[in-house]
Amino acid sequence: MIEPVPDLLDKRLVIVTGKGGVGKSTVALALGLAAAERGKRTIICEVAAQEHLSRVFRRAEVGFHEVEIAENLWAISIDPDESMREYVLLQLKVRAMRDLLFKSRIFTYLTAATPGLRELVTIGKIWELALDDRKVKHGRRYDLVIVDAPATGHGVGFLQTPRTFANVARVGPIASQAETLHRFITNHERTGVAIVALPEEMPVNETATLERDLTEQVGVAVDRIICNGIYPDRFSADDERVLADALAHASGDARQILRASLSVRRRRTAQGEQLARLEELTGAPVSPLPFIFRPELDHDDLLQLGAELVP
Amino acid sequence: MTSVAQLLDGKRVCICAGSGGVGKTTTSAAIAAGMAARGKRVAVLTIDPAKRLADSLGLPELGNTERRVDPELFRAAGVDTQGGELWAMMLDAKATFDEVVRKHAPDEETRDRILANRIYQQLSAALAGSQEYMAMEKLFEIWAEDRYDLLVLDTPPTRNALDFLEAPKRLTQFIEGRALQVFMAPSGLAARFAGRGASVVFSVLKRITGVDLLQDLAEFFQAFSGMVGGFRERARRVNELLGSDETTFIVVCGPQGEPIEEAVYFHRKLVEAELPFGGVIVNKVHFAGELEGELPSAELRELLRDEDLALRAERTFADMSVLAERDKRNVRRLANELRTRAVIQVPHLDFDVHDLAGLMEINRYLFATGAEERRTIAASA
Repeated sequence: MIEPVPDLLDKRLVIVTGKGGVGKSTVALALGLAAAERGKRTIICEVAAQEHLSRVFRRAEVGFHEVEIAENLWAISIDPDESMREYVLLQLKVRAMRDLLFKSRIFTYLTAATPGLRELVTIGKIWELALDDRKVKHGRRYDLVIVDAPATGHGVGFLQTPRTFANVARVGPIASQAETLHRFITNHERTGVAIVALPEEMPVNETATLERDLTEQVGVAVDRIICNGIYPDRFSADDERVLADALAHASGDARQILRASLSVRRRRTAQGEQLARLEELTGAPVSPLPFIFRPELDHDDLLQLGAELVP
Repeated sequence: MTSVAQLLDGKRVCICAGSGGVGKTTTSAAIAAGMAARGKRVAVLTIDPAKRLADSLGLPELGNTERRVDPELFRAAGVDTQGGELWAMMLDAKATFDEVVRKHAPDEETRDRILANRIYQQLSAALAGSQEYMAMEKLFEIWAEDRYDLLVLDTPPTRNALDFLEAPKRLTQFIEGRALQVFMAPSGLAARFAGRGASVVFSVLKRITGVDLLQDLAEFFQAFSGMVGGFRERARRVNELLGSDETTFIVVCGPQGEPIEEAVYFHRKLVEAELPFGGVIVNKVHFAGELEGELPSAELRELLRDEDLALRAERTFADMSVLAERDKRNVRRLANELRTRAVIQVPHLDFDVHDLAGLMEINRYLFATGAEERRTIAASA
């Protein structure tokens, strides 16, 4: 039953995925902070411009360069065009050739129009960040790379790109590099996958589908399912009856307080049912994450969430 | 002030747009069900590999054609549709792409060459904007068939809500790309047009891609070049429909800071693109009444006769108030930024919406005639 697979933070790469709006970026950040606190040199990668990280840290925009956002924690926003450029620079050592290529309209069109190429070079950059011996000059060595991956649906397609390219290209540099990337993301020892879910009917269904697709179509193993936004379990069924009885006789302030309490109690009950369904429908262990009643999450909230995820 | 029925008065196309995770699919389905319940023939189109719409309408699966939602479901939910019908379809981007190729290919040979090309087979779904474009394509096709009073489009869950607006343009640019045509024929006149060195570029490219891949790519682009005319005309007509009086865009968002900012941004882009903005729907808004007195509440203690329970209840109320305050601020900011009165708030309900009855519950808010009525409904819930 127990496999000797390293825990999430002991991997080299952790891919955080899930449908839109479930809090992937929050979870990626919380994991990153937790890892950094444990002394791991960690980098969080956003795929395409999202600017979520910079919002939380109130820093200058995180771009296509590695920015330190906390002690031991870096962030990068992976831009496909920049990744493509970097890839070509690393491939072609002769300067005249690169200049020729970059100036060529054919190259510009080819990189923009070739289906899947943007995804491929993005994953290529993630791979490069996770290397012991970085390809870029003076590249920092990271213990852990965390990817805030694109939303469900697109998510599977994104991670499938390397294998698709390896199949299509068959031979040549792109084929062998795509093959390397595919082996990298499907190496269960080194690469972990966490799906972020919400305790609601449809997100639970989608998480189950996503886990199956990731396992069967991409060939990665899902290590953890993180169920975000669980309300506090403050009231028992008996409490609920007492609150409902009281509401029938209440007016004014008491009425407002009772209504809010009953509403939270009902939602928590529904969440509990969905959490149970999630555990039943999925194979990976499910970690619940509490809902935080704050207008916007700050650094301390993220640390708290990180502690919940990695006790 | 505004109800969805008012926003859709005289409209035949309703496009629900917004970033992922804000309940766009549910909202689209609710709007469609609500209009069907008001006697219209409505079709809702979604492009979503996660089958959310099928879930929400109790349909086991949705193919690339419309299916009628069982009228019995309406009756079971206590709704008399007065002759209205609800149809739904889930768009299969690859199947639609195949249809488009069949339609626009100048001859059978080109058609077969594209459909058989390995890059097309493996990667056309990953082609920049292809999912979004195919959604538009299908919308246009069904609209042109003129079988429905109203079409509701649930736009793809793109990271950037705007991707789909630019999709038709990007795809035509891709197909028209002159330099691509040069790339396809790297000799002769075309090479001269591209400037000297085209063949050198070609050989450098070979070095980093591999011969096979480059060959397949060249074929892929070459095959597509034959479809330029049909595609361009089609894209022009799609854009015309999007900008016409028959169409309205409804922006869907959540009450948190980020979704609100995205809604503001999206609205600005719609205005810039001269596309018809109808209104904005804010989903899952938290409400908490305002207290007249101070906490702890003596009345609460008298009713409950349990100090511990009273404290837990007050703490819960305080938690909800934080969210309610935030949402109120955010919604006010949204209305100011958009300079619109067409802001429809749907409260965060106590239950999950995943069937027709749930959609009809949401509709009580969507189709209420104003904010006042919505508050009354929420207060009596």
